[in-house]
Amino acid sequence: MEALLATIIGVLAAVGIYLMLRLRTFPVILGLTFLSYAVNLFLFASGRLALNAAPIIGTAERYTDPLPQALVLTAIVISFGMTAVIMIMAVGGYLQAGHDRVDLDRDDEEPT
Amino acid sequence: MSLALIAALPFLGALLPGLTIRMGRTACAVSTGAVTLVALLLLASLAPAVLRGEVVQTRIDWLPALGLNANFMLDGLGLLFAGLILGIGLLIILYARFYLATSDPMGQFYSYLLLFQGAMLGIVLSDNILLLLVFWELTSLSSFLLIGYWKHLPEGRRGARMALAVTGGGGLAMIAGMLILGQIAGSYDLSVILTQKTAIQASPLYLPALILILAGAFTKSAQFPFHFWLPHAMAAPTPVSAYLHSATMVKAGIFLMARMWPVLSGTFEWFVIVSFTGLFTMLLGAKIALFKDDLKALLAYSTVSHLGLITMLLGFGTPEAAAVAIFHIVNHASFKAALFLTAGIVDHETHTRDLSRLGGLRRLMPVTFAIAAIASLSMAGIPPLNGFLSKEMMLGEAVHVAWPTPWLVGLAATIGALLSVAYSFRFLAHGFLGPLRSDYPRAPHDPAPGLWAAPAVLAALVVLIGLFPNLMSGWIVDAAATATTGTAILLHLSHWHGLAAPALWMSLAAIGGGLVVLGTYPRLRRLWDATPRPEAKRLYDGLIEPLAADARKLTSALHNGSFSRSLAIGLAAILAATAYAFFAAPYQPGSRAILAPDFVTLALGAVLLLAALATPFLHRNRLIALILTGVVGLLIAPLFALFSAPDLALTQVGVEVVTVLLMLLALNFLPKDTPAESAVPRRLRDAGIAALAGLGLGSLAYAMLTRAPAFPSISAFHLAQSKSGAGGTNAVNTIIVDFRGYDTFGEIIVLGIAALIIFALSETLLRNAAVSRRLARLPRTVESGDRHPVMFVVGTRLLLPMAMMVGVYIFLRGHNLPGGGFVAGLVFAIAYLLQYLASGYDWSHARQRFDQHVLIGWGVFVAALAGVGAWAFGLPFLTSGYTYLHLPPLDEFELATAAIFDLGVFLCVLGAVLLALASLSRLALKTGERPNVAAHDLEEAR
Repeated sequence: MEALLATIIGVLAAVGIYLMLRLRTFPVILGLTFLSYAVNLFLFASGRLALNAAPIIGTAERYTDPLPQALVLTAIVISFGMTAVIMIMAVGGYLQAGHDRVDLDRDDEEPT
Repeated sequence: MSLALIAALPFLGALLPGLTIRMGRTACAVSTGAVTLVALLLLASLAPAVLRGEVVQTRIDWLPALGLNANFMLDGLGLLFAGLILGIGLLIILYARFYLATSDPMGQFYSYLLLFQGAMLGIVLSDNILLLLVFWELTSLSSFLLIGYWKHLPEGRRGARMALAVTGGGGLAMIAGMLILGQIAGSYDLSVILTQKTAIQASPLYLPALILILAGAFTKSAQFPFHFWLPHAMAAPTPVSAYLHSATMVKAGIFLMARMWPVLSGTFEWFVIVSFTGLFTMLLGAKIALFKDDLKALLAYSTVSHLGLITMLLGFGTPEAAAVAIFHIVNHASFKAALFLTAGIVDHETHTRDLSRLGGLRRLMPVTFAIAAIASLSMAGIPPLNGFLSKEMMLGEAVHVAWPTPWLVGLAATIGALLSVAYSFRFLAHGFLGPLRSDYPRAPHDPAPGLWAAPAVLAALVVLIGLFPNLMSGWIVDAAATATTGTAILLHLSHWHGLAAPALWMSLAAIGGGLVVLGTYPRLRRLWDATPRPEAKRLYDGLIEPLAADARKLTSALHNGSFSRSLAIGLAAILAATAYAFFAAPYQPGSRAILAPDFVTLALGAVLLLAALATPFLHRNRLIALILTGVVGLLIAPLFALFSAPDLALTQVGVEVVTVLLMLLALNFLPKDTPAESAVPRRLRDAGIAALAGLGLGSLAYAMLTRAPAFPSISAFHLAQSKSGAGGTNAVNTIIVDFRGYDTFGEIIVLGIAALIIFALSETLLRNAAVSRRLARLPRTVESGDRHPVMFVVGTRLLLPMAMMVGVYIFLRGHNLPGGGFVAGLVFAIAYLLQYLASGYDWSHARQRFDQHVLIGWGVFVAALAGVGAWAFGLPFLTSGYTYLHLPPLDEFELATAAIFDLGVFLCVLGAVLLALASLSRLALKTGERPNVAAHDLEEAR
């Protein structure tokens, strides 16, 4: 099981990074979403894996670590907020510039 | 406490001007002045104790492990400086109200000014040298903002940058010096360090520490060879120049030397470095000042010269000389601030500061002339004004110096005084005396009292201290000098020391010589203009410009505006560092017992991996890419559930649904396909980087999963306390709403702000004409004839109350079983979103009785209320309480304040999600789509 979860984390991160290296906003945002999945799973994994040990007092003999879960829960919600913000930025960028490339055009003004 | 409050007040008050500027410029100035006045009154309330010789202290532990504590102390020296900072600050605030043009953003100005004031107060009140360093750097930063206040002026920006580079650089050196000093003394508290004179001076590190600390002080106080930044900082508005260069910024270096005087002075090294730097700076500054035509430049170099004078006195190392230095600090602050302010008035009224275009102003501006005359005569050292007193005492001290030969220092000091007389008289003679002219850029006349009131107060001080020195300033100078030197000082200030005093004759020589110099000025000026001389600014530019060019080259090499390129470079760097770290240490497999895989999990994982791996290959069709993303996200939920995290599973499902909906909505306004742009090698490179990064993260996860934690988890506490302490059996929920409630509180605020950003951005987009045109031209996708299918509409409407019931259920049980405010908020949000989806934006929006902004506001408010409620019981913020109630037909149930907090979370999540999606869908209003007001209308036949 550990190997499976580690593989999932690695694959999700790789897919996320590959998509983030694309040149258009939409795949970059999807890539970020994939990377968030990977990171959330990674943080969750820091509590180690356990079956039938939900941290609900009185329902099991031993409990898994609740702290990473609480942190990941808030992380999931925050990543939604972040995705929403960059999504509207991407839409705004496309509507204002007429294209959705993430890189500066060569003839665009050099940042000074 | 009140000491820390005095230092904190200007920082807190810096928020005020930004608000009060909406009520007008006067309200803005008054509120700023009120902040300073309150701080001044607090200081005054502590003054009697300090003047009795006590040291007022406030100790707050901040980072005791680092020796960094927010310890403050107030002794005579601190009282003098804090009084100057706040007192002159008050006058500057008054002056600036009338000086700044209506086009200048006044709120910003006062905010910067208060920030700077707070930083200065921090320096003079700190009892901890690390804390002092923090404030020291803050003065560099806030003075940067003030000097560059007129952002549209290139010389303003250059001057600000130069001041920051020089004083900031000196500050860095000083950090090193202070750390050495702290190491020698064994403490970073000034009150301890000041008692360690013998240990410090005996240490082999004394000289390096001394040089480093002096580098900080000399750069700040514009001592040679760092004097050049000060005149360039004159591009600032005049109130800033008056404040920074009379009483505050440049005096910070002087203050530091005075503060450290008991432990650093008295050695030969100190004497040579400090007094001769001061002496040379005094002569150099005075000489340059004489030949400057710009009123402010003249005053700037005269400031350099007077700072040199004070530095020299501190360098002598005798308590008497130090006391004279303190006295001159007071006098210089009063007359120099008055002079800067009058220069500002002249500039304001005539629109020039050029002495060659001025003259004859005494008849046109009698009030300004009177103030300028008093202040410049004091600067020249004419009796009975206060400048005379301290200058004569300075000459008296200089005579006593016998190294390298008797009389050399005395002679040089007399020459300095002579030059000072000459430029002071020149300021007066070329600016105000002489015949009336007809070619002023603007017809000058005295300004309104608001502008001359502040310098008039200072001029009055100049006269009063001059006439009654012991009554007006003797007590505070004595207290400050006693605190500085550690020996009881009782200065006897008087104008007449008898004919035998050499200082009298030196003074007379200086005044006579000064008049001669002024008389022969045209000839001297020709000579000066003809002699080549090194320009410090050119040397500085020669040093800085190649550095800046190299930095620019490096930056553009790393970041040429291509996001993907810089991301790839960053990733490659991280990968290289990781590889190095991995191969540098031996690897051992972990020993934690692993879980046996079962078929269902493997199948789940396989589908998830398949969907994830398919995405890079299919991602050019964006709809398919989005669906695959949704599949992956949803499949993560059962993984969470399987590995004992039911709360995460619920949240993941909810968030995944709203995320996919959001992206679908956004995709409406974006191209539906991603063109194939990168060539195959580039794609292979990206795939390589991504694969390596994935391999790294996956292996790290595996290594972590197969090992037991290095330290026992702190969760044992949470598990044990969940029921008994927080009153809930769901440990994850109790952590969120109770143990780490503060985190959650911050998080819902972030979420709310994110939603507001989205709303604000979509508003700007809607108002933008170009965007509207582009929206109207967006290719409409082929839609089915049925925009709002009846089945879907009816189904979602039936679903709404049920979904709400589920939401309420999830919310209520959250404290004890999986669920809670986050999930409940998401369930509600999805139920509403379905209405939007099925029945259209207009129909649903017309029926929505609450505003999403208000919902977010209420959420944060309710959560805050739950936190503040604890105060009523004398408990810290967000302490929760609970009790059990038994109402007859119901079973016993629990009432917890954490539930109120969770309600805030719920409202905030609901409002934020709805606002984010509603904002995006509002863009559709401009696409030419017909609004639908009826329940379910049919799209016109195509």
